[in-house]
Amino acid sequence: MSALTTALAGQWADRLARAGLCDPGQGLVACLDDDLAFSRPSSHQALVAACIDRLGVGCVILAPPAEPHRTILEFLAAREAPAIRPRDCETRTFFHDIPVIGEATPAAVVAALARRKGAYLPGVGILAHGALSPEQAFVTVSSVAFAGFVKFFADHLAAARAGTLDAAARTAFAAAVAKLPPPPTEVPPLARGPFADRESVLAAMAEAGRATVELGLVDSVFGNISYSLDGVLAISQTGAALDDLVGGIDCVPLDGSSCAGLTASSELGAHTALVRLDSRRAILHGHPRFAVILSMDCAAQDCAQRDACHVACPRERFVDDVPIVPGEVGCGPRGLVHTMPPALAADGGRRGVIVCGHGVFTMGADDFGVALADLCAIETLCRTRYFQALGTFPL
Amino acid sequence: MDQPSAHILFLDLATGACRREPLSPARRHADGGGRSLAGACFLAAQPDGAAGRFDAPATPVCLFPGGLAGYGLPGASFATLVGRSPHTGGVLTAAVPGGLGHGLARAGLAGLVLTGRAAQPNILVLDGRGARLIPAGALAGQGTRAVFAALAPWLGAVAVGPAGWSGSLLAMAVADGVHPVGRGGSGLLLAAKNLLAVVVTDGLAPHPAFVINPAKAGGTADSADVPELAGPADPAGPADAPGLAGVADPAGLAAARAAMLRLIDASPALAGPCGFGRFGPAALLDLTAGRRMLPTRHFRQTFFAQADQVSAPRLEALYAPRAVGCPGCPVPCRRVSATGAVLPDNDALSHLTALLGLADPHLAVAANTICLDLGLDPPGAAAALAFFAEVAGREPRPEMILDGLSALAREGAGATLSPLAVKGVALPGFDPRGAYGLALSLAVGTSGPDPWGGLCLAHELLRKPVATDRFTFAGKARAVFLGENVVAAAGAFGGCPYCTLAVGLEEWALAVAAVTGVPTCAGDLARLGERTVVRERLLNAQAGMDAAADQLPGLFFSQAGSSGDGINVAPLSRPDFLAARAGYYRLRGLTETGAPTDERASALELPCLR
Ligand SMILES: [Zn+2]
Ligand SMILES: [Zn+2]
Repeated sequence: MSALTTALAGQWADRLARAGLCDPGQGLVACLDDDLAFSRPSSHQALVAACIDRLGVGCVILAPPAEPHRTILEFLAAREAPAIRPRDCETRTFFHDIPVIGEATPAAVVAALARRKGAYLPGVGILAHGALSPEQAFVTVSSVAFAGFVKFFADHLAAARAGTLDAAARTAFAAAVAKLPPPPTEVPPLARGPFADRESVLAAMAEAGRATVELGLVDSVFGNISYSLDGVLAISQTGAALDDLVGGIDCVPLDGSSCAGLTASSELGAHTALVRLDSRRAILHGHPRFAVILSMDCAAQDCAQRDACHVACPRERFVDDVPIVPGEVGCGPRGLVHTMPPALAADGGRRGVIVCGHGVFTMGADDFGVALADLCAIETLCRTRYFQALGTFPL
Repeated sequence: MDQPSAHILFLDLATGACRREPLSPARRHADGGGRSLAGACFLAAQPDGAAGRFDAPATPVCLFPGGLAGYGLPGASFATLVGRSPHTGGVLTAAVPGGLGHGLARAGLAGLVLTGRAAQPNILVLDGRGARLIPAGALAGQGTRAVFAALAPWLGAVAVGPAGWSGSLLAMAVADGVHPVGRGGSGLLLAAKNLLAVVVTDGLAPHPAFVINPAKAGGTADSADVPELAGPADPAGPADAPGLAGVADPAGLAAARAAMLRLIDASPALAGPCGFGRFGPAALLDLTAGRRMLPTRHFRQTFFAQADQVSAPRLEALYAPRAVGCPGCPVPCRRVSATGAVLPDNDALSHLTALLGLADPHLAVAANTICLDLGLDPPGAAAALAFFAEVAGREPRPEMILDGLSALAREGAGATLSPLAVKGVALPGFDPRGAYGLALSLAVGTSGPDPWGGLCLAHELLRKPVATDRFTFAGKARAVFLGENVVAAAGAFGGCPYCTLAVGLEEWALAVAAVTGVPTCAGDLARLGERTVVRERLLNAQAGMDAAADQLPGLFFSQAGSSGDGINVAPLSRPDFLAARAGYYRLRGLTETGAPTDERASALELPCLR
């Protein structure tokens, strides 16, 4: 039993490294079955063991963040303690804030993790717990890193606009930018459609999902993808890893004759709305970072909805030809299900739509090639526009 | 600080004697309300601490609104009914959906502790004139549809049907005319007190004078002229709740509410195009069918080829029902047709079709509607009919079903029930062989097999918060332990079990802290939930229940389900099940017989078992 648990812990430690969340060998995963197993020896073992014991959970991850996340989170933790407030929509939905732990004692760490799914311990790393499985903690680590990244760059641009940047912010920004991975230059070729049968659809979705994650256009546990064929929408399941979609796709009849979509992505409603409005069959949704960051850059200082851009922005906004729409996760009254599909289907079909503070939706007529290329191009465009916007302010 | 504080009302139905006790802040902090506080008051009110019969006059019945039930939070209006299980003599807790919890809380009540037995059937009315007992007259023994029509308009109500008066172990209380109230004989608890209904009506007084005087009660409810089933009264706005304790941090409560709504909106199972808000919980039938865990022909099979003929979308197409929900809920989950037929939820639909081997959607809807009218547990009744047919060596005949249900309601305590049960309660519409955490949670549930009790449907079927492998016991003991704590804590504050798919203890903690002004974190609430479950365990142990009560029927260990489509439905491994149960006992702080250890009881500030 214990060997199995150790292997499980090791697998998730490797996955932290593959996702770029930790440098190889740095993530510490602790899993409890009959015994407590660690992915590696560490000076923090006692701390993590205390968390497992006092929280009664099955798994705790301690993730010393890889760069640029370390620079970013250290800066945010110093500035925002006792808690980092995320600005992106998805993290705000599932995390209220990210506590900054004051000291590396079991009492302080347990107190933070009794409140929240994850927390940041300055100088050490992201801590997250999973009641059910290591995956739960992994999702939290991934969310904390994403939320920190988005907040850091979005806050920086806002401060530049407001003229309130200080020396520390400039230094941290320069350090983080120096460690940014370069934007992807080449989009891999994907299977060409139209696809005639279920099997080739599922294979194409798995391939496209993997490529989207590999290009860094979404973290594996987020985003979603679908393809409609013969009145059935094949769509990734909620919480499915986009780079491992085998067995993670639901086939949902578009005539509403089955509730098989109960386990589908929380954006099922948006995907089916799109299918009705737009004849393109392939839909891809990622969370490319600079598109998310730039979508939250609003120059309207006197806007009545200043703090509610993501749900109630009254303006028509664009990055070049790509519209930015408000909308929350899912199918509620303020959900993106009402705003994104008409915007993407407009003008005979746009190349993409950015949902404010959340992510990007793109489509392809018969396969995912164009959808992926557009997703990538929109991110590259937003990255360029972001630094151009900064360049207009004296550094 | 001139805030009204909630009161617990102690009422002796035999004498009409009544006293109020303010709920102390310490008590409120320790137990919240709802399931937890009701359990605490039930334990405290035991005659001499001894386990009596469920229908002994001294045995209390507790009806408590969730601790946050009056504040307009989404999916948070529930009350909980706690008494002794007619099946086991241990504890029976039943969630009461609808407006009753909301109404009780807004009337300034933290709970009702009912003892004694009235000389004649009564209705307990809470309204602008306070609390009154009204003789039920000819309404007692009538269908719940007539009862609710006669009581309308109400803010919330719970009532007993004919099955309760005949003493059937399948008697189920019904809330607001459409909601089943738990299983395991909830209707018998009220009937044992000679109480037909508890009703909260509109026009609540600022400081209700609790006048209980059955002898001089104002008139008999007249049932001669039964109007159409009227809906509940419109829930009052927040300003119109004179009895509700004030909110320490209104902005914090608004933020908590917004967070809860965001999570519900983001939940595919609740707000998605296939979710409960669109089709009701019967939406799950398509999943149990597709996963080959749909109990079929009295559990002899786990796959029902005609499932698509009776699915929730099919019922929706046939009936075009309107949605009915609890106050403040954004995903109303009950479906009522234009003629007042109540569409079945998942357990009812599953057992009224696949378990009987019948694929008639009209029959399922008619049967469910009759069950609610009779105050009869639909899945339990369907399981009994499926068992009769099996014993008789024939297939159930459609034309016998409705009569069979009426007969079950008439026969009372003598009726034979399905042995495929835990703690006397028939297993629900999820085959244990198809999800192992669920199997464990069905076995160890304190009041019987509740598929929502350990929250395993969330991760084993609905992939929330992450998916787990449904065909393994690994990690499931902990999942059930933690899941039970979450569900129990939510139940303490009025939480709907369905909404626990989306709303977690972090959000509940935000709301509790905002209302009470006491800093509260998710971990605190998990401990409150843990205390609640262990207290129920203590009540069961006091009643002499042991590990044998936490067992699944032998069939599930010896017979395979219906494999196919690449899904292998093997019998459960008994050693693996027992190992998982032992693991659960260790985490829960129970002895090998399933009783709380003195150590755990003391740590949770509960009395020790003698
Ligand atoms: Zn997204
Ligand atoms: Zn704006």
